[in-house]
Amino acid sequence: MPTAATKRGFGKAGFAPWTESALQPLLRIEALSKRFGGFAAVDQLSVDIYQGEFFALLGPSGCGKTTLLRLIAGFEQPDLGRILLDGVEIGSVPPYRRPVNMMFQSYALFPHLNVEANVAFGLRQEGLPKAEIAERVGEMLTLVRLDNFGRRKPQELSGGQRQRVALARSLVKRPRILLLDEPMAALDKKLRGETQFELMELQRRLDLTFIIVTHDQSEAMTVADRIAVMDRGRLMQVAPPAEIYEHPNSRWVADFIGNINLLEGRVGADRVSVEGTALGRIGVAAKIDAQPGATVWVAVRPEKIRLTTGEPDVEPPENRIAATVADIGYLGDLSIYKLRIGDGIQLQAALANTVRSSERTIGWNDTVWLSFQPDAAVVLTR
Amino acid sequence: MNNGRRQTSFIAKLVVRIPYAWMVAFFLVPFLIVVKISLSQTAIAQPPYTPVFDLAAGWQGFRSFFTGLSLDNFTFLGSDPLYILSYMKSVEIAAFSTLLLLVIGYPIAYAITRTPRRLQAVLVLLVILPFWTSFLIRIYAWMNILQHDGPLNQLLLFFHIVREPPAWLSTDTAVYIGIVYSYLPFMVLPLYATLEKIDESLLEAAADLGCPRWKTFWLVTLPLSAPGVLAGALLCFIPICGEFVIPDLLGGSRTSMIGQTVWTEFFANKDWPTASAVAVVLVCLLVTPIVVFQHQAMRGTGRGS
Repeated sequence: MPTAATKRGFGKAGFAPWTESALQPLLRIEALSKRFGGFAAVDQLSVDIYQGEFFALLGPSGCGKTTLLRLIAGFEQPDLGRILLDGVEIGSVPPYRRPVNMMFQSYALFPHLNVEANVAFGLRQEGLPKAEIAERVGEMLTLVRLDNFGRRKPQELSGGQRQRVALARSLVKRPRILLLDEPMAALDKKLRGETQFELMELQRRLDLTFIIVTHDQSEAMTVADRIAVMDRGRLMQVAPPAEIYEHPNSRWVADFIGNINLLEGRVGADRVSVEGTALGRIGVAAKIDAQPGATVWVAVRPEKIRLTTGEPDVEPPENRIAATVADIGYLGDLSIYKLRIGDGIQLQAALANTVRSSERTIGWNDTVWLSFQPDAAVVLTR
Repeated sequence: MNNGRRQTSFIAKLVVRIPYAWMVAFFLVPFLIVVKISLSQTAIAQPPYTPVFDLAAGWQGFRSFFTGLSLDNFTFLGSDPLYILSYMKSVEIAAFSTLLLLVIGYPIAYAITRTPRRLQAVLVLLVILPFWTSFLIRIYAWMNILQHDGPLNQLLLFFHIVREPPAWLSTDTAVYIGIVYSYLPFMVLPLYATLEKIDESLLEAAADLGCPRWKTFWLVTLPLSAPGVLAGALLCFIPICGEFVIPDLLGGSRTSMIGQTVWTEFFANKDWPTASAVAVVLVCLLVTPIVVFQHQAMRGTGRGS
């Protein structure tokens, strides 16, 4: 079992408890279902979450991610299925007896209490001695850099400070799992970026298990050890961020995460190529897990497409085609090129702007060559 | 452009000043007149007091007007225990009624906020429904209910709760029944308005941090509803202090509330100056502590938001 030390020592790369089959998960969710009227918010969902993990639930609004979080917190009762914490069923335990704490999207700070009293609130319910409460509250306020704000009321703080009070209040009880419901939704973009790294740092230092709900994929990619992509109450894919991005398991996930070019075709006889796509035949690196002739989709990320003015060398030579630049979106660090191929098929390519714009050679209506390596393409069977 | 802005700001100022103008015209001026009468003496005349401001007499009239004013009526109020007892009775009944209203009104308001949204509007409507019948008719109805052979006593006898029909009318109990019944909406509505605004996630946060429901109510709901409690209490306490109709129709003759004393002075004794003095003292007694109290409360809750 990876401890805080090994995790710190090896960084995120060495941390993969989900690959150790003998390990008991901290939280096991088994065939969990929750319906609201006729609508299945969570539908037959199963997942294991491990000690020390930073787990992200990512999905479009209404996908059921918040309902899942509220089921874990105890604010909703499951219709079917089980929630096991350390192997013990907690599905019917009321929220005030669960060793998990939640940080609310609205922060839900008590307006009639000052910062100190807000943070101390949970400890007071445990009936701890006053001195210990004061000490732990002080420690926690130091941790979130709010030492001098203890006597302020929440209304007297900035958004970022309120967010840190909410974090301190939910952490001070040393929960087995900290649940974060869109914790950074109310922060501006720059502050959000800083807070994400602070949150990761905090999670690693305290060796806690975090489950975060977010609809912001870059946020999920940044903070999480694993991401669960959710849609209509079901998990579409659960994997580390790089795997979700590089090896999506379905068109839905591929399309939901980032930008992608999807080309429909049929598996070639050699099972390492796809035929009949808009680009014709496409060679891929890995053997396709489908029968020859089956309908599949080739997915290529825009940044994996190379654009050249001359005919490029690529193996196999089919993975290239001439195209016309239909549109250029300049994003500063990147430019997105919309490419038209033959009769109106459009592809996207993203190029890093490593040289100043005046020196760049590709412009509107230019004819360019696009090409990609066989291992840049992922073949999706569903 | 500039002109337009100046015009809107003129209109904006006017809009702000309308309530002030209203208060001056319909509260301050009449109150000053009452204060003036309270400083006058009774006279068998029309109006029944002196001095009367006589413009025709010029400067001399002006001087005799002011020398004619005195604080005699106020010293008289202090010398007669009738008035002090009457004040105390009013405050006692108002305070105890307000407490009763809180005890009854809070659960009602809380229960309304806990019902589904669609039902809430209907329940609030039911709370204010009695207003659609004349207040006087409702009090007469209570006289009927509470009389010796009225429905209440018949019910009590039928269920063998009492052997002899108790006398309800002309007791303090009847006054309390009448007041609590009449003022309940004034307590429920402000309480409902504050309770309804409390963010559900605060209650969930309390549960998440280890509070069972009853404790969440005690530590979160109740403190956050304090402004509603204060508003409801003031909205009931102040008019109950000056209540006249309910104690007059339902209460006894032994002790009278201050409203009845004012009525007696005005209409039975035709003593306008004393009646005015009684009213002025009541206003001072009530308004001063309430203004101080509310000022404190505003400073406590309104800061920084």
